[in-house]
Amino acid sequence: MSTVDWKNYTPVLLPDIKDLHKIDVYIKNGGYKALKSVLTDKKSWDGPKAVIEEVKSANIRGRGGAGFNAGLKWSFMPPADGGPRYLACNGDESEPGTFKDRKIFEYNPHVFIEGALIAAYAMEITTIYVYIRGEYKTYIDMVENAIADAYNKGYIGKNIFGSDFSVDFYVHSGAGAYICGEETSMLESLEGKRGYPRVKPPFPAQKGLWGRPTTINNVETLSHVTGVINNGAEWFSGIGAKTHPGPVLYGISGHVNNPGVYELPSGIPVLDLIEIAGGMRNGKKLKAVIPGGSSTPILRADQLDGITMDSDSLRTVGSMLGTAGMVVMDEDTDIVDVLWRISHFYHHESCGQCTPCREGTGWLEKILLKIKNGDGEVRDLDLLLDVTTQMEGRTICALADAAAWPVRFTINRFRDEFEARCKKKSHAVA
Amino acid sequence: MAYEFTKEDLREIEKIKAKYPEVMPATLPTLWVAQRRFGHVEPEVQRLVAETLGLPEAHVHGVANFYTQYYKEKKGKHVLDVCTCLSCQLCGGYEILHHLEETLGIKAGDTTEDGTFTLNQVECLGACGYAPMLQVTNDKYVNHLTKEKADELVDKLKNGEEPDYEQMKMPQHKNI
Repeated sequence: MSTVDWKNYTPVLLPDIKDLHKIDVYIKNGGYKALKSVLTDKKSWDGPKAVIEEVKSANIRGRGGAGFNAGLKWSFMPPADGGPRYLACNGDESEPGTFKDRKIFEYNPHVFIEGALIAAYAMEITTIYVYIRGEYKTYIDMVENAIADAYNKGYIGKNIFGSDFSVDFYVHSGAGAYICGEETSMLESLEGKRGYPRVKPPFPAQKGLWGRPTTINNVETLSHVTGVINNGAEWFSGIGAKTHPGPVLYGISGHVNNPGVYELPSGIPVLDLIEIAGGMRNGKKLKAVIPGGSSTPILRADQLDGITMDSDSLRTVGSMLGTAGMVVMDEDTDIVDVLWRISHFYHHESCGQCTPCREGTGWLEKILLKIKNGDGEVRDLDLLLDVTTQMEGRTICALADAAAWPVRFTINRFRDEFEARCKKKSHAVA
Repeated sequence: MAYEFTKEDLREIEKIKAKYPEVMPATLPTLWVAQRRFGHVEPEVQRLVAETLGLPEAHVHGVANFYTQYYKEKKGKHVLDVCTCLSCQLCGGYEILHHLEETLGIKAGDTTEDGTFTLNQVECLGACGYAPMLQVTNDKYVNHLTKEKADELVDKLKNGEEPDYEQMKMPQHKNI
């Protein structure tokens, strides 16, 4: 069982402070101290490299889903050559079940802006873009206002805090495309094109926006940087699960009494998290959980004993933390319907660039619709599994994998329900 | 009909262009400016965007067609985008969609004869904890929908009122 002390945890990313989105309230609560410290306190911060080392040792694992050490990612940037360098902040947030970054935009945009500015200093970046999905128009306006306030205070722009560090910060709105959350697709979209993912290598650190060195980080990941600079790497790595530390914004949705975003340490038992969210709605029994966005493999209720919300623990039962957007399903849930709907999503969102994904996502949805309508045969289940193996790892980006995993794991873990929905005649081969 | 940007639009487009080292990145934001001005980005509007930015029309057309939020044809005055994706499906998104189909007398994807409403079924809008929900014309989210709340919204829009901004609080907090 987990030893994470979540009962005494006080949120730091989204603390319960009224009007924290206003820059004066943010400053009154210690805001922009971290930025000032890295820029002016030369005793504590011996240049940009020292900041990268601190963030690396904090082990902030990327909160967009991939879970890669943010500081390590920063260290991949080549040495500065006097030309432009970019930070692209990923606020596309489109994976079904995920709705956490919008809380940062709404309640504490400056913790993100400050973290991004510190990241920019650490990597000697000249321009920051934050890419926010177009549907979040309300939050785009909020972030634009916050950035304008930070410009007015001199926290963005030329010679910040009298140092020789200067940077610009812009919002770029998406316009409806899940794929633009994929980092290279996001770069294409920022460059004003259709969001087709790029072949890697070259990686964005070598050739990103307009062929220049670029780092892409999730909005929540960057927001954690502010706390790491204020309180130190050890503070951060001491919170929650050892190998996947720090506060996490859990987005809980589905059949619970109090759905919403909760800030708690990583590594909370899945079953405790359901209790925190008010328990199961209408006193129903738990049937299944999708732990971190629709692409993370579904878990049956009987798999959840002692499992905690961190990558190591979830891996032992064949799933992932993803975006920590947890979808809870009760005993009345029709798993066949759910899987069909997930497959419909990935089919709709496939950009169409790679054949295995463009065609594969279509076939998955089509076959699942047939089964859902009661016209499927048991052999269709094996056909589905066969299609998934022909998609995984055969495309430019991971959308094909994200579409294939739910199909593979949901069928494996709920095979009886799928078979019960299929026509009986397919058994009568002889 | 010939479409033209106002002086104010052109000033905004200049500001947009200044954010990027090249002109092409201004494609998406300029399409947004156009859609807010004209209510859609039909091919004629795409041509205007291309001419204004000095970019090939084929490029602007390709971009407009890639992204679902750009209206490539005229829509109703109010577009109701009902989410039916995972969490909304679990919490009754389809019931809301079907209820609105009945109320408005149209199928998802269609526009009412008087041009007041377009009803769409859309993919995840990132409001999973507040399901079922819908978005009104690329702007406000209306959360925790019931049939009654959906009816109220339709009446409100018919009366020329705008939906309110709904602040969704964090359940563990008192103030936010």
